[in-house]
Amino acid sequence: MNRDCSSIFALLSGYLDRDLPPVECAELEQHIQSCAPCVAFVDSLKKSVQLGKGYAPASDVPALAPETKQKLQEAYQRMLAARKP
Amino acid sequence: MNPSGDTQLARDLLNGSPEAFDHFVEAYNAKLFRYSYAMCHQREDAEEVAQETLLKVFQNLDQLQDPERLKPWIFRIAKNACLMKRRKSVFAPKEELSLDELRPFKDGEQRLQIADWGPLPDRAAQDSELRLALDSAVADLPDLYRAVFLLRDVEQLSTEDAAEILGISNDAVKTRLHRARLALRQQLDEHLRGATV
Ligand SMILES: [Zn+2]
Repeated sequence: MNRDCSSIFALLSGYLDRDLPPVECAELEQHIQSCAPCVAFVDSLKKSVQLGKGYAPASDVPALAPETKQKLQEAYQRMLAARKP
Repeated sequence: MNPSGDTQLARDLLNGSPEAFDHFVEAYNAKLFRYSYAMCHQREDAEEVAQETLLKVFQNLDQLQDPERLKPWIFRIAKNACLMKRRKSVFAPKEELSLDELRPFKDGEQRLQIADWGPLPDRAAQDSELRLALDSAVADLPDLYRAVFLLRDVEQLSTEDAAEILGISNDAVKTRLHRARLALRQQLDEHLRGATV
């Protein structure tokens, strides 16, 4: 049975993440092979995911103030000291 | 960052390596700030969440049983710190994204309206408008979808880790990730169509 476009729509992230049961994956691939709109759609979704993975907004991450870093260092040293016998 | 890099970092930290401390503080301050900024929407809150999380990490690092769990462990602390900042909005109605609205074409409709995605994502590096479109698309996601997207796609945590951090099922993570991606795709598609018309 060849699935139609709408029945595979919910499965596409699972497909891109290689997280589908083999049977569903095979049915989906069989459909996509003969469906140009789905090929274009899957391509656009795949590219969205790739773009999304590079999402890094607010590039101006505020630097830690020296006194904050000092506080972290002190907590770190206390943790290390408590850990050692 | 690959998981084994984080595992080694956790081991180095527990061994008291000064280089590991500097590297960790810098890398995770940025990661945590970005995650919290996307979740709290306030610079000051995000800065505080990042710092409070780092402090808790150093106070409790000896309780981390398995160095491989460093990253999910940190993001769970951050998620709780974020929730504290956002306590006023905890009772806001939960928004859901509907699968139907994210379809590019309705049943029976043969023509697919879709932009030319050919030059992507290579084009993205030089295209600041596209980056802005992505930023605003991410900002427009309902909170829980944004959280899943950030943990899974941006931080590359597993479905299981994201589920544990957010206190939802694996299936809910998968469903929400799919819808978040579809929503981002839709907004980027609109942006690309607008840009080429
Ligand atoms: Zn199709």
